[in-house]
Amino acid sequence: MSQHELILLKNMMQPGYTGSLADYEKTGGYQALRATVGRTAPADVTATVRKSGLRGRGGAGFPTGVKWGFLPKDYHGPRYLCCNADESEPGTFKDRQLMERDPHQMLEGIVLTCYAIGAESAYIYIRGELVLCSKILERAIDEARTAGYIGKDILGTGINVEVWVHRGAGAYICGEETALLESLEGKRGLPRIKPPFPATHGLYNKPTVVNNVETLANLPHILTRGAEWFASIGSPPKSTGTRVFCVSGHVKRPGNYEVPMGVTFRELVYEHAGGMRSDKPIKAFIPGGASAPFLTPAHLDVKLDFESVAAAGSMLGSGGVTVMEEGTSMVWAALRLMEFFYHESCGKCSPCREGSSWLVQTMRRIIAKRGRMEDLETLSDLCKNIAGRTVCAFGDAEVAPIQGTLKYWREEYVALIREAEAANLVMPEPVARG
Amino acid sequence: MTFLEQHKDEIAELLSRYPVKRSALIPLLYLAQRDHGYVPEAAMKEIAQLLGLTPPQVYETITFYTLFNLKPVGKFHIQVCKSLMCALVGSDTVLEWIKAKLGIGPGESTADGLFSLCLVECLAACGTGPMMQINDDYYERLTEDKLDRILYDLRSTGTSALKSGPFMWPEPAPEKQGA
Repeated sequence: MSQHELILLKNMMQPGYTGSLADYEKTGGYQALRATVGRTAPADVTATVRKSGLRGRGGAGFPTGVKWGFLPKDYHGPRYLCCNADESEPGTFKDRQLMERDPHQMLEGIVLTCYAIGAESAYIYIRGELVLCSKILERAIDEARTAGYIGKDILGTGINVEVWVHRGAGAYICGEETALLESLEGKRGLPRIKPPFPATHGLYNKPTVVNNVETLANLPHILTRGAEWFASIGSPPKSTGTRVFCVSGHVKRPGNYEVPMGVTFRELVYEHAGGMRSDKPIKAFIPGGASAPFLTPAHLDVKLDFESVAAAGSMLGSGGVTVMEEGTSMVWAALRLMEFFYHESCGKCSPCREGSSWLVQTMRRIIAKRGRMEDLETLSDLCKNIAGRTVCAFGDAEVAPIQGTLKYWREEYVALIREAEAANLVMPEPVARG
Repeated sequence: MTFLEQHKDEIAELLSRYPVKRSALIPLLYLAQRDHGYVPEAAMKEIAQLLGLTPPQVYETITFYTLFNLKPVGKFHIQVCKSLMCALVGSDTVLEWIKAKLGIGPGESTADGLFSLCLVECLAACGTGPMMQINDDYYERLTEDKLDRILYDLRSTGTSALKSGPFMWPEPAPEKQGA
C-alpha cells in the first residue's frame, strides 16, 4: 500500500480524538481562521483556493475558487453560504464521518468561505435522518461561538458569521444545489431552471455559494499550508488533493479511505478495502455513487481522478465505490438502483417522472422472466429520451445504471428474456405500477 | 394548549434563524412530529397561519418529504434500507427476520402499537450495511443476533446501546497509530 499523508481524516485517526473544540485546537485547529479572517484580503483567499486546484467533492467537481469568483463584486446586500450536507447519493457515507468525528474542521472551512465571499450567514443543510450528526454540529457551533470563532465580531475583527443547522426531510433531490435552496426556503425541493445560477440568484434570490462538506473541510489545510502544497498532491493539475472514497459492497473491509487522487481502483479495492470478501472474483463496480455508470474488472487500473474516470465512460462523482462479486445479477442490481431513482424523481420534468416509472416497469417485467426482446430497445430509447432532457442532472443519473449494464452485460438481459420466451410467459402489457 | 402556545420559545428561536418566515416550515413540522410521532392536521393549520401560508401550501410541502408521517406510527418506527448497497450485503434477509420476529410487513404496525416497519431508500451508511434506522438512531452491520438484542432492548428499556455512536468506519487500527 502506498504511504501517503492523511489530510481530512488525520485528526480522527488519532487515539482518543473526540472532535471537541479543545481537541481540534490542539491539532492546530482554527489557526487558518486566526491567520486569515480580517488579515488577508477576501479576494486573496479566493485566489489561493483557485490556485490550489480544489474541486467540489459533492459530485460535479466544479473548481471551488472559480465558483466563489462568480459572485457579483458590486452587490452590497446579503450573501449566503449553504453547506451541502445532504449526502444522499447511494454509495456515499463520508460526510457523516467528517461531521460526526471532526465537526470543527468543516466549521472552520465554513467561516473561511463566508469571509472570502462576504457572507454573514451560513446554513448547513443536512440530511434529515442524521439526527445525531445534527446534534453534534449544533454543539460544535455553540463551542465555536463561545470561543469567538463564530458569531458577531469574530476574534475582534468586526467580521460576523452566523451558522445554523437546517435538517432536510428525506429527499434525494435536495442534494442538487437549486433543489436544496428551494427546500431551505420551505418549499418542495424542485430544482430550478438555470440560468440564473445561485451565484447571482440563490437563497432568497441573493448571491449564494453551495459547497459540499468535504470541500469545506479542505479549506483550513489549504490556507494554512498553501496552494502549492495542495496542488502538489494527487494527480495535478486537474485533480488535486486527496479524496475520501467510500467503499461498499462485496469487499473485506468496506469503509472510508482517504487517498490522493490518482491511485487506481485496484489499489483502493484490493489494498485499502482488503480485496473481495470471498473467493468470488470481482464482476463489476460503480466508481462514483449510484449516478455513475458501472465499470468492469477491465477498468480496475483506471486512476481515481476526474479525467481518468470520465475517459473510462463513467464519473468520479461523489466518491462512492460499490463493488460487486461474480454471481451478482447485473439486471437485478440495475433494477435496485432504478427503483431508487423512481422513488426519488421529484416529478418536475416529464421525461424523468414518466420515464423512471416506465423504466422500472420494464425492468421488473424482464427480471420476472416475462420480458420480450423489444424491451431492450424500449430501455435504450427511454434512456436516450431522458438524459439531457431534464432541468437537473438527475435525468442523466437515473439512466446510468441501465445504460452501463446494457453496455457490458447485455447477455444477462437477453438470457432472462429467452427464458420468458421459452416458457411462453411473455407479457403483452406492462405489469402493474409499483 | 395549542401547538403554538406549547412551543412558544422554541418557535420564536426557529423563526429568528431565517430572514424569510417560510424557511422555518420544515423545522416547525419536525417540532410537531416530535410531539406525536406524526404531524396532525391541526398543527399543519396552525403552522400555516403562523407563517402566512395557506394550509395547502403546507400540505404540498409536507407530502414531498418522506420523513414526515401523516398518520400515527409505532412507538419504534423501523426503517430498513433496501437500496443496492445494503441489498448486496443482505438487507432483504434483514427484512425477512423482522417480518418473522414481529409478524408485520412494510407499512404495518404491531397490534400493541410498539413497532411499525417500512422500507426506505439509501440512508448513507453503505459501508456498514445492512442497516436500519429506528426513530432517530442508526443501527448498522446488522446480524440476526444483533437484531434480537436491539428489539429486546427497545421493548424492555426503550433504548438500545447498539445504536451507532459518532460514526467512523473502519475504526482506526491500534497498530496504525501515528502512521
